[in-house]
Amino acid sequence: MDALPEEAVIVAGLRAGDELMFTALVRAWSRNMLWLARSYVSTDGSAEEVLQDTWLAVLRGIGGFAGRATLKTWVYRILVNIAKRRGAGDSRMLPSGSMLDDEPPGRFQGESDPFPGHWKEFPQAWPSSEGGVLAGEARGRIVAALAELPPRQRAVIALRDLDGYTADEVCAILRISPGNQRVLLHRARAALRERVAEYFRGDTEEEP
Amino acid sequence: MTEPACRELVELITAYLDDVLEVATRRGFEEHLAACGGCERYLEQFRSVIATVEDLPPAPPSSELQAQLMAVFRDWRSS
Repeated sequence: MDALPEEAVIVAGLRAGDELMFTALVRAWSRNMLWLARSYVSTDGSAEEVLQDTWLAVLRGIGGFAGRATLKTWVYRILVNIAKRRGAGDSRMLPSGSMLDDEPPGRFQGESDPFPGHWKEFPQAWPSSEGGVLAGEARGRIVAALAELPPRQRAVIALRDLDGYTADEVCAILRISPGNQRVLLHRARAALRERVAEYFRGDTEEEP
Repeated sequence: MTEPACRELVELITAYLDDVLEVATRRGFEEHLAACGGCERYLEQFRSVIATVEDLPPAPPSSELQAQLMAVFRDWRSS
């Protein structure tokens, strides 16, 4: 993927009305922006409108951008403000799901088994991969699973594992508590791991 | 703290990786891990998933949405 130039160059480009610079940013940042927006609003269409409103606000405000935060963080903050305002008008509350939803049943031994709370069977081994990074279909399953995560989990994993923000930074951007941040991130990662495990186990029941 | 069972351990992994477990909990976590091949493997797979997500390239928006955003940009520039 094309690397973006350094931040001062990006900011100068936007201020000068450089269309190619704007296009590069839109291509690099929009997916995560949509996922963040979607954690506040209840439809993909609303999230796209939030994205448009955000970019307009960014362009109007870029002249006064002072660089106290990074440009991306500043863009995210604008987005969260717009999405929150809009989400407050969405009638439907987003379900947050329960803690145990994604644990596959029967993975651990029950109270009457010899070792309660321990594995019934160890997780099946995965084929080894270069530096732990999965390739091919396993990677494809992760991409598909990301798209299907509950929106709040997806927003957090996008910021942590795709953007590389720290836990503290994510809490500040989304204005959530450290405990909440951790639970959402953990559920997201565990759900993705489960999807890869299903793939390596050869579960094909979800295939069309 | 007593050593966590596997069921508890898998729920602590993100906190462990962020290094926010209390000292005693962390010690129990690591003691369990050293002796449990199942949890060791689970942790390794968890790390592998994280490494893969970190490695994913950005995905550009649909061409339709991109066109709408370009229209926003041109409107702004001509205003």
